[in-house]
Amino acid sequence: MTKTLYDKLVDAHKVCDLPDGDMLVYVDFHIMNEYTSPQAFSGLDQKGLDVWRPEAHLSVVDHVNATRQRDPHDDASKLLIDNLENNCRKHNIAFYGLGDPRQGIEHVVVPEQGLVAPGMLIACGDSHTTTYGAFGALGFGIGTSEVEHVLATQTLRYKRLKTMLVNVEGALAPGVTAKDIIMKVVQVIGAGGANGYAVEFAGSAIRDQDMSGRMTICNMAVELGARAALIAADEKTLAAIKGRAHSESFDFGGTEWRSDESAVHDQTFDIAAEDIAPLVSWGTSPDQSVPIDGRVPTAGDTATPKAKAALERALAYMGLSAGQSVQDIAIDSAFIGSCTNSRIEDLRAAAAVLKGNKVVSGVTAIVVPGSTYTRLQAENEGIDKIFIDAGFDWRPESGCSMCLAMNDDIAMDGERIASSTNRNFEGRQGRGARTHLMSPAMVAAAAVKGHLADIREFQFEGAE
Amino acid sequence: MPDQVTGLMAAFPQPNVDTDVIMPKRFLITITREGLADGTLADLRFDEDNNKRPEFVLNRSPWTEASILVVGDNFGCGSSREHAVWGLMQLGIKGVIGSGFAGIFYDNARKNGLALPIVSPEVRDELMQVARDPDAGQCIIDITNRRISVGSQRHPFEMDEATRAALLEGRDDTLDTLKLAQSIRAYESNLTQKMRVNVIQ
Ligand code: SF4
Repeated sequence: MTKTLYDKLVDAHKVCDLPDGDMLVYVDFHIMNEYTSPQAFSGLDQKGLDVWRPEAHLSVVDHVNATRQRDPHDDASKLLIDNLENNCRKHNIAFYGLGDPRQGIEHVVVPEQGLVAPGMLIACGDSHTTTYGAFGALGFGIGTSEVEHVLATQTLRYKRLKTMLVNVEGALAPGVTAKDIIMKVVQVIGAGGANGYAVEFAGSAIRDQDMSGRMTICNMAVELGARAALIAADEKTLAAIKGRAHSESFDFGGTEWRSDESAVHDQTFDIAAEDIAPLVSWGTSPDQSVPIDGRVPTAGDTATPKAKAALERALAYMGLSAGQSVQDIAIDSAFIGSCTNSRIEDLRAAAAVLKGNKVVSGVTAIVVPGSTYTRLQAENEGIDKIFIDAGFDWRPESGCSMCLAMNDDIAMDGERIASSTNRNFEGRQGRGARTHLMSPAMVAAAAVKGHLADIREFQFEGAE
Repeated sequence: MPDQVTGLMAAFPQPNVDTDVIMPKRFLITITREGLADGTLADLRFDEDNNKRPEFVLNRSPWTEASILVVGDNFGCGSSREHAVWGLMQLGIKGVIGSGFAGIFYDNARKNGLALPIVSPEVRDELMQVARDPDAGQCIIDITNRRISVGSQRHPFEMDEATRAALLEGRDDTLDTLKLAQSIRAYESNLTQKMRVNVIQ
């Protein structure tokens, strides 16, 4: 019988079936952060339970820590950070804390440390755990009760998902990036369009992406509701995980982690790579995006009264008028960071745009490298200089920062941000903040122009 | 957990209500599960000066007493934060009726005994209409029989068996799974050394 990659991964991790129709799956590796784990540890304490296999877990501080300086910016965040460290000490769990050269955003740190390999099952109390699908590993986000469950049992109760295949075939036009691919997929399938599904990305445009691009794509698959995202492992995957701190010690099987030729998916979408333009989001849901040379939609573009109401609400929140040209949208600030787009490849792409250019006066621009390791690598390459010369605030510490504004990087009410992040929800970057999602190169271009700008028309030294 | 959830329905039709909206991040700086009621839907319930927004449904009579929400598509999307479920329950919400939910939110709800019956988009729209009627009266979500009753309306709903059983029994998944320790060990005994992750501190 032919099988999808997803089904192979689930079958390989099945411990047993449960009487109520769920199954128990084995978690090879589990990652924790400081804000979704405290109540899981206290759950263990209350029930008098131990951690099943402490060496299979890793904790990373990333969500609440400051990035201007190493020390926590307030007592509340210090409490969360110290709480995680104490819990890890007590249970003998690896902890990458402030000042550790391995610290950073969990989903940037894990591949960097070689802690992912094709065939693994990885869980984490964070929705963007789908990122690991880029390596042919089954990664998915869990809630705090499930964090407790993994700690105590090394397993999860699991229900098999349906599978969706998204084929992106063809060559991308110049200026179009992995971020645009996934934003297009979210636009086509819709936020929530893949609820209940594991999505496998295939096609030449996906295979052509480097591992960083593949991670960007799998990372944002959760914005369409996918509980898991997958890309078949290939030689590129294996090359990318070689020579890292942990990679030599793992082998879950290599490139056999792929769907069988004739495997049947429950749904299939085909998207032509040629049809993808550089996209920006205009609204408050990640599926509300348009090409950079387009216009903010008008009510006439939508069919139902419900859609019209949603559009009007989003326009009001975003302070935009229907039909206005997207490139006329002036920004107050620019942010490059997050597990979607803060890897070295992203920083290089933005630096290429910024070289010899200046952030326009009046715009605040911040860059937070995804991990300490990434930051050091960038500083080695002189990328920090390019950002700083252009007028960006190059942050000396890594973390999620203004992706979710749980530290002291909080946008003001009404502040309009060109952002390389993944969510443009109401209030995501601060109460009343207005987020426009786009690729890191386009964030850089917007910072220079002072308004959303078409990367294809932008003249820069670093252009190929 | 009783086999029924009874209460007044409130209409909350906005699509894509994400967990950042349900529980804004400033309330997440906590190491306990308690004290989240005030933070729940805070930016919709209160204005900048912490005054109640009179237009928001849960601030309007009779829905100040509502314990069931009828919601738009893709409710609970976004972040995995279980605080969203804890907060809704601390606010007195016992059931959320929708045509589909984001996966992590759905699982989190199950773990905490928040009932999420799934109905077709058409039935959801009908119930949304009913919820807007201040005289609609009590709604009953009958978990055992998978049926929603309000006024003269009766609608079946979907709920997978594992979730239904978990709600009815109010069980503790962690302790239950530990009864299967032998199966877990048996699985582990088949792992090669290179399949056993060992994170070096
Ligand atoms: S960078 Fe943003 S999306 Fe990624 S883990 Fe941090 S908060 Fe979540």
